[in-house]
Amino acid sequence: MNLDLKNYTLFLADNALILGQRLGEWCGHGPVLEQDIALTNISLDHLGQSRMLLQYAAKQVGNGATEDSLAFFRNEGEFRNLLITELPNNDWAYTLAKHFLFDTFNFFQYEFLMNSKDETIQAIARKAIKEIAYHAQFSAEWIIRMGDGTEESHQRVQNAIDELWMYTGEMFVADSSSEAMTKAAVAPDYALLKEQWQEKVSQVLEIATLVKPEEGWMQKGGREGKHTEHMGYILAEMQHLPRTYPTAKW
Amino acid sequence: MQIKFVKYPRFIAMGEVQLEKRFQDYLDGENKIEPKDWMPDAYRKTLIRQISQHAHSEVVGMLPEANWISRAPSLRRKVALLAKVQDEAGHGLYLYSAAETLGIDRSELVDDLLSGKAKYSSIFNYPTVSWADMGAIGWLVDGAAIANQVMLCRTSYGPYARAMVRICKEESFHQRQGYEIMLSLANGTAEQKQMAQDALNRWWWPSLMMFGPTDDLSPNSAQSMKWKIKRKSNDELRQEFIDKTVPQAEFLGLTVPDKDLKWNEEKQGYDYGEIDWEEFYNVVKGNGPCNKQRLADRVKAHEAGAWVREAANAYAAKEAKRKADKGQAA
Ligand SMILES: [Fe+2]
Ligand SMILES: [Fe+2]
Repeated sequence: MNLDLKNYTLFLADNALILGQRLGEWCGHGPVLEQDIALTNISLDHLGQSRMLLQYAAKQVGNGATEDSLAFFRNEGEFRNLLITELPNNDWAYTLAKHFLFDTFNFFQYEFLMNSKDETIQAIARKAIKEIAYHAQFSAEWIIRMGDGTEESHQRVQNAIDELWMYTGEMFVADSSSEAMTKAAVAPDYALLKEQWQEKVSQVLEIATLVKPEEGWMQKGGREGKHTEHMGYILAEMQHLPRTYPTAKW
Repeated sequence: MQIKFVKYPRFIAMGEVQLEKRFQDYLDGENKIEPKDWMPDAYRKTLIRQISQHAHSEVVGMLPEANWISRAPSLRRKVALLAKVQDEAGHGLYLYSAAETLGIDRSELVDDLLSGKAKYSSIFNYPTVSWADMGAIGWLVDGAAIANQVMLCRTSYGPYARAMVRICKEESFHQRQGYEIMLSLANGTAEQKQMAQDALNRWWWPSLMMFGPTDDLSPNSAQSMKWKIKRKSNDELRQEFIDKTVPQAEFLGLTVPDKDLKWNEEKQGYDYGEIDWEEFYNVVKGNGPCNKQRLADRVKAHEAGAWVREAANAYAAKEAKRKADKGQAA
């Protein structure tokens, strides 16, 4: 087994899984039915992507591992998702700002992965890119709508962007497994993605009449399994049933 | 020169009494009423009440199942549950649209729900306390809904009937999905089987109550039948549901919690025990275990969403103005 490839696959899978899990919390509680449905769609897309990636990771892990054993029986330190994906939803502005910052990154990441040297990742990326492009479009449109909407929405989304900014640095700092995968042309060069991301984010924030925060101090750790306080609760809830009845099939 | 009377093609220049007779004849001929057709005021009101209640039920009905999305025990089940709850939101949308064809605004209907003036199906005032409830709801609650909705596919109001055709297809899928959850549990570990039995025990009677009061105590039914909004009585639908569901419970190896349940050879259907109508009326009145919580959740979502809806409207207005200004400049 190529440990770096496994870790990198899990990085991609866990980002999608935790985002999907978080977004699912909105289902039934959206500001209007149409947006409730839209957000659930995005959650379903992420979960679908995470399943394909977890199945691939499970194949690499072997020993009877499955998508479910990886989702439900790994401990917090084994999850490699970015911290921004595990942050709570708070309000609509915070959720959409979180997604906008991540989706823009994810779009450029998957654009590269469509030509990844790993065939399975390449195939998954080609399948997922349409969804991911739509997510980036959807969240950017909401940033603009809120930024250029009312005074209240402007303030809320500006605050959200400001608060979330320190979780964006981690996107562009590769861990050792990602680095190895970059060398093997499986993964993009994350430092290089930053430029594309900066440009797109600046452009959207400008149209939205929002202020782009200063660079500042950045949080990190997710890629290496060091998480925020929120992660434990996500896993406690998500993993509760399979862990309570470890021999059960559902 | 063409002369058209498209607006009131079938009912032109008649007095109210004549109109009502023509309306009834038209219904008796198994024709569908369309939004622009003349209809008695009471027919319109009955439909608005029924369709909006139905829409509210779809939307409030999302909550007890959404409660388990974060805890679904496998990724396959999580995705399926999420998609199911999303379908229910879609049903809410179709039905609000059908109600709007009767000349009422969705926002007015939603306000009535949130103020507690409008009703929704009482079944959603029961709690979902175990994963097996996701199975039992799909199997029994969607199952009971289907019995009612298959009949409504032939209801006399066109837009309602057409919405029901779309909805019924998805509901059958939900029911199969629910039954499949029950099947996995019933064939699983002893604890899982117990979970399934417990869910059946809790959902069986409330599901039977979904068909409403017995025929002798159902005051609006006769008129609804005459207008062909309803085509079967509450008791008929309930009996059909029981006859279909009992063998399914047997196949699961679970016990229906009714000691009076017995096959009646003569009527070729099951006899069943007395429904606790006191509980039913109490839950309708607001005393169910989750009435307050469900409504509070809807109110919270609506209020927390107010600034989002305002922002979207404000932005749309700005965009429209920018477009108009640009057009003028050009
Ligand atoms: Fe439904
Ligand atoms: Fe359903």
